[in-house]
Amino acid sequence: MPSLKDVKMKIAGVGKTQQITKAMNMVASAKLRGAQSRIERFRPFASKYKSVLTELASKVDGASHPLLEVHKEHKSCALIVITSDRGLCGSFNAAIIDKALKLVREKTTAGMKVKAICVGRKGRDALRRLPEVEMLDSYGEHMGSLDFSLASSVAQTVIHGYETEEIDEVYLIYGEFVSMAQQPPRVLQLLPFETPTADENSNQAPEGPHCEYLYEPNEEQLLGVILPQYLKVQTYRGMLDTSASEHAARMAAMDNATRNCTDLINSLTLLFNKTRQASITSELIDIVGGAEAQNG
Amino acid sequence: MSELTLEVVTPDKTVLSTPVVAAVCPGAAGEFGVLKNHISLLSALKIGALRYRTESNEEHLVFVNNGFADVNNNVLTVLVESAELAENIDIARAEAAKKRAEDRLADKSDKIDHTRAEAALQRALVRLSLARHH
Repeated sequence: MPSLKDVKMKIAGVGKTQQITKAMNMVASAKLRGAQSRIERFRPFASKYKSVLTELASKVDGASHPLLEVHKEHKSCALIVITSDRGLCGSFNAAIIDKALKLVREKTTAGMKVKAICVGRKGRDALRRLPEVEMLDSYGEHMGSLDFSLASSVAQTVIHGYETEEIDEVYLIYGEFVSMAQQPPRVLQLLPFETPTADENSNQAPEGPHCEYLYEPNEEQLLGVILPQYLKVQTYRGMLDTSASEHAARMAAMDNATRNCTDLINSLTLLFNKTRQASITSELIDIVGGAEAQNG
Repeated sequence: MSELTLEVVTPDKTVLSTPVVAAVCPGAAGEFGVLKNHISLLSALKIGALRYRTESNEEHLVFVNNGFADVNNNVLTVLVESAELAENIDIARAEAAKKRAEDRLADKSDKIDHTRAEAALQRALVRLSLARHH
């Protein structure tokens, strides 16, 4: 049986941990709100890009731009892995890294070289230990202050690699923000480019005469401007999603931890009371026993 | 609904969404004006000034970065990486950016990306001229 003092200290310790996890939960929820509003503000931009590109891609025949060409040989691929900078958010980062490692294995067994660009410290720390992965670039401590220029420079690196035929495939791996409870890791193929499907736009197709669009300077040159931009847009979306997912995952993890602390405190309090009772009982037995001896 | 609406959208926010009488955009192939009932148009934009006139005949200037403009059904959507209303331009920041870009351009070594530095310089110059105009 532990001593009364030990149990008391243990309860105090767990109580302090609970305070911390509670505070982290609240911080994460405040940050999540910020991240969600960023996604909200970015959405009109992204959806407009998608609709314009769909429109444009249907007008231009394939392979009129280096980014649209599918390379003949697939020798190397690049992964853009977006994770969070900090832990304590459940299995969120582990799931993304797991997905990335699986892809790395798949590609190396297919005889391809794997290069990686990591955004977020957790992914970088996991991938740089692998000898088969060449780290092109890594960005730590950026997830707190995301901006478009970061996405832009990441995308620029892979676009340059693709145009010089050093990279033949590009994948984006990130944590998609589906809901507060769900942040599944996603793998998105960026290059070779797959034209966005028109499914989302099909309902707005009848509106307005679409055939008489005027293009300036011309379709091909416009595509040359918009395609790289679209890759940046997708990369940025991956970053925003990951950041929102991270905070949601942390909120859930911290909520769990707080609840576990409450359970622990309850069972420890029970133990404390039992121990106290036991010691009182044994003291009473002593006193009664002593009195009996004198009377006898 | 025959009003022309101007929307300026950047990754961070919708900078502007307002009915206008006329707008002049810095197209990649030269400036072009948009009035209401314009034909559907998609044009690349270069770094420059977007001008627009409101109902009350006021003229406004907006700085726009690279991007493109889309006109469809009397909505002019300008999608750019960054955009600022002329009155919101931070002159001190633009001056600093100009200085930095000039220094980079003066450095002739290979490790400097000259096209990027030139673009940065141009952005700074356009921002400054807009801010002074205001």
